[in-house]
Amino acid sequence: MNRTISRAGLAAVVAAAVIAGAWARSGSGTVTAQAVLTGLLLGGVYALVAMGLTLIFGVLDIVNFAHGAFMTLGMYATALLASSAGLNPYLTLLVSVPLLFGVGYVVQRHMVSRTMGGSLAAQLLLTLGIAMLLENSLLLAFSGDTRTVPVSFDTPLRVLGAVADLSRVLAFVGAMSLAGAVWLLLTRTRLGTAIRAVAANPEGASLVGLDVRRLHALTFAAGTACAGAAGTLVTPLVTVEPTAGELFNIIGFVVVVLGGLGSVPGAVAGGLIIGLTEQLGGLYLPGQSPLLVVFGVFVLVLLWRPQGLFGRPA
Amino acid sequence: MMLSLDGIEAGYGGLRVLHGLSLEVAAGELVALVGANGAGKSTTLRVASGLLRPSAGRVVFDGEELTGLPGHAVVRRGLVQVPEGRALFGPLTVAENLAMGAFHTGEPADRVLELFPRLAERLDQRADTMSGGEQQMLAIGRALMTRPRLLMLDEPSVGLAPLMVRAVFDALGRIRESGVAILLVEQNAAQALALADRAYVLENGVITLSGTDLAGDERVRRAYLGL
Ligand SMILES: Nc1ncnc2c1ncn2[C@@H]1O[C@H](COP(=O)(O)OP(=O)(O)OP(=O)(O)O)[C@@H](O)[C@H]1O
Ligand SMILES: [Mg+2]
Repeated sequence: MNRTISRAGLAAVVAAAVIAGAWARSGSGTVTAQAVLTGLLLGGVYALVAMGLTLIFGVLDIVNFAHGAFMTLGMYATALLASSAGLNPYLTLLVSVPLLFGVGYVVQRHMVSRTMGGSLAAQLLLTLGIAMLLENSLLLAFSGDTRTVPVSFDTPLRVLGAVADLSRVLAFVGAMSLAGAVWLLLTRTRLGTAIRAVAANPEGASLVGLDVRRLHALTFAAGTACAGAAGTLVTPLVTVEPTAGELFNIIGFVVVVLGGLGSVPGAVAGGLIIGLTEQLGGLYLPGQSPLLVVFGVFVLVLLWRPQGLFGRPA
Repeated sequence: MMLSLDGIEAGYGGLRVLHGLSLEVAAGELVALVGANGAGKSTTLRVASGLLRPSAGRVVFDGEELTGLPGHAVVRRGLVQVPEGRALFGPLTVAENLAMGAFHTGEPADRVLELFPRLAERLDQRADTMSGGEQQMLAIGRALMTRPRLLMLDEPSVGLAPLMVRAVFDALGRIRESGVAILLVEQNAAQALALADRAYVLENGVITLSGTDLAGDERVRRAYLGL
């Protein structure tokens, strides 16, 4: 506990120093505050994406390259319902979450379960194959046309001396609420405890009568539902196209490894850190791809803590 | 018979470990299974628990054939195993480990905590931070929460200090008195044979001896009791 607190203190000091540096470099408090705000808000969505990934990794030991494509499915569900049925995009969570939960369940039960305990290469080929199948199906069905889904009631809000669109704030609040709900499910319910039991010792779980295969499918489904929800929440902020989820998948992996494989609090902390890094990095290295700084920080953190921020040493 | 394994053949990949093994446990009995390292004792329990599918033979429990059923289905019928290595949920607390045992039965923890008062003092401790003896108590306690009619244990005394070994064997005696049958696999043959109603000797995947007084058998005394 004390170590967690001192680590949080250290992180706060580092963050303050980085922000002060960005301020000095950009010469503007407003620009810096804007970067911090935008970074945190986007980081919340990264956290939800990473939470799904880390849940799947922690419980099933599967590195899921299809996560971004599932997120794209969520975006399309929202874009189609919002444009054709005129639904409020946020209301479409009621569709995207169950839809992706179901897709995740079926995909795990009938495809991923066959590579359980198999080689990393087999998992990679399978999940990458699922991603390509989904992306190309979307391309076939809706062609490569990009779509945008404006929020009719969107409005700029002043937050901490900076400005953020309501849609960004809603994405953040929605993502954090869902991440909190998943956390409560895992720690406060019998089902969540059973999922953690399967992660800790699948054979032990089987030996107390838990249906490990079913719990694996449920966990994969829950993780995929996180991707679907994140897809809906970012739809008003992005251009919807068949490959829209790929970047989130890559960033999700960075967050998961940074936070500690399988760690849910790590995914949240890592998501916020990467969101901040991406935006503040733009101030340090203007004109460069924000991912450059993200990967730089990623490598530095892993040199310092190879097990990730919240991971347990091997 | 409560449990009968009949003509079991099983192994791993190309390796055949059990060659037509048969054994039985009656209701309320405490039966010991002894044998050298690698004889196939753990494999026998894995087959009975549904963790390993036999290539031939039958597992029958309470008149119902269980052969080929998955592990979780076997447990729900009242046949539970405390495996080698214990298979506890390390990052979960003692209370959570016990609750998982009761997932399908809703069994209250009172009886287990009465049997192992040490667990009652440590309900919020992470399982992987407990001593070996405490972990063994938790593993047995977690298995009892599934409300078994037959409890199978794979070397519960291994690696424990003599005092802990006694505590574990005492507990087994009390569990049997409560009406639960026990199939006990042990390296510690002297203590296992002393406690058991009956015993089997397993050698290279087949039962070579069985009886109620194996501790008096000359071959057993030489091979397993070091007398
Ligand atoms: N998962 C496995 N894969 C391959 N071979 C195995 C596996 N588990 C056990 N074996 C082999 O099967 C044989 C019997 O093993 P088993 O664990 O049943 O013996 P045991 O009687 O329990 O021995 P011990 O007293 O050492 O626990 C051994 O030769 C062992 O190497
Ligand atoms: Mg063994």
